[in-house]
Amino acid sequence: MVYESMIAESLSIQGHNGEWVSAYSARPLGAGPFPGVVLIHHLPGWGEFYREMTRKFAHHGYAAISHNLYHRVGEGSADDVAAKARAEGGVADAQVIGDTEGAVQWLKNQPYCNGKVGVIGSCSGGRQTFLYACNTNSIDAAVELWGGRVVQAADDRPAKQPVPPIDMTKNLSCPLLGIFGNEDRAPTPEQVNQHEAELKKHGKDYQFHRYDGAGHGFFYYHRPMYRVEQAQDGWEKIFAFFGKHLAG
Amino acid sequence: MCTSIVEIVEAKGATKHGNRWFSLSHAVVTYDHPQYALLDDAILIDFVNRAQGPGARTAVELTLESAKALHAALSKAIAEADAEEGERAERLEPALA
Repeated sequence: MVYESMIAESLSIQGHNGEWVSAYSARPLGAGPFPGVVLIHHLPGWGEFYREMTRKFAHHGYAAISHNLYHRVGEGSADDVAAKARAEGGVADAQVIGDTEGAVQWLKNQPYCNGKVGVIGSCSGGRQTFLYACNTNSIDAAVELWGGRVVQAADDRPAKQPVPPIDMTKNLSCPLLGIFGNEDRAPTPEQVNQHEAELKKHGKDYQFHRYDGAGHGFFYYHRPMYRVEQAQDGWEKIFAFFGKHLAG
Repeated sequence: MCTSIVEIVEAKGATKHGNRWFSLSHAVVTYDHPQYALLDDAILIDFVNRAQGPGARTAVELTLESAKALHAALSKAIAEADAEEGERAERLEPALA
């Protein structure tokens, strides 16, 4: 039997403007080198699901970290903090980019990291993954899971999210994997079409997988939206993609 | 957020969270992903006191149909309350005059 072990722990990293934000990391024990993955949590908050997902990457041989985008919102249970963040209009895109860059650099500075880092996020975190990938040159791959509001309606330009990420497509700096459900309403299949057309227009390295019989959040095994067959296939796509682009 | 549907009003009153009552500052109404209700999207109502931090919150997650029924019930009760307040004011007016 092969011996398995990992360490998972909370810590602080320096994010936007050098401010300290909380984070949760997991990695296999040992010298490595391990490829790195940064996880951007979804609207429901920096909670149990994203901790489990962070450990899942460690189980698969990655050094992973999930930073708390809602750190500045306050202390409390993940759902209470997420509710407060929602009432405040979410977090500013500039802050998301700064905090995520901090998480990426933290990983790259760890002696057990092979220097390659990918980013993954779902729901609002899917949007933020694409947003970040268009505003950095620090990563090697990005996985967007059903990113809502990559395409923003003409009257949807809040101060915290002033530019729709789709308008930044020409600056996408790394290969992109997109996973979507065809029954999703945010993003709709039409919005995914727009997203894909823009990627094609700019000659970007991307692959989109769209699943019938699935809507939003179909990886969430604790929610009625879970679709086991589509989720299993999606995870296989993710590990194949990261395996290809984050190998040392 | 996936829907951008967020409505916030100032709220005077109180709510009970567990064994603790606290005064309200705001009510927040959204339509987005619930945390607990087995729905893809729900009307989410948070009664909060912003001065007391994220934990000063009573949360409700409703189906759209239940939210409509609640809305109708609120409207009816408020209309009856308005009528009663009007009658009370009329009764008091002669005395005040």
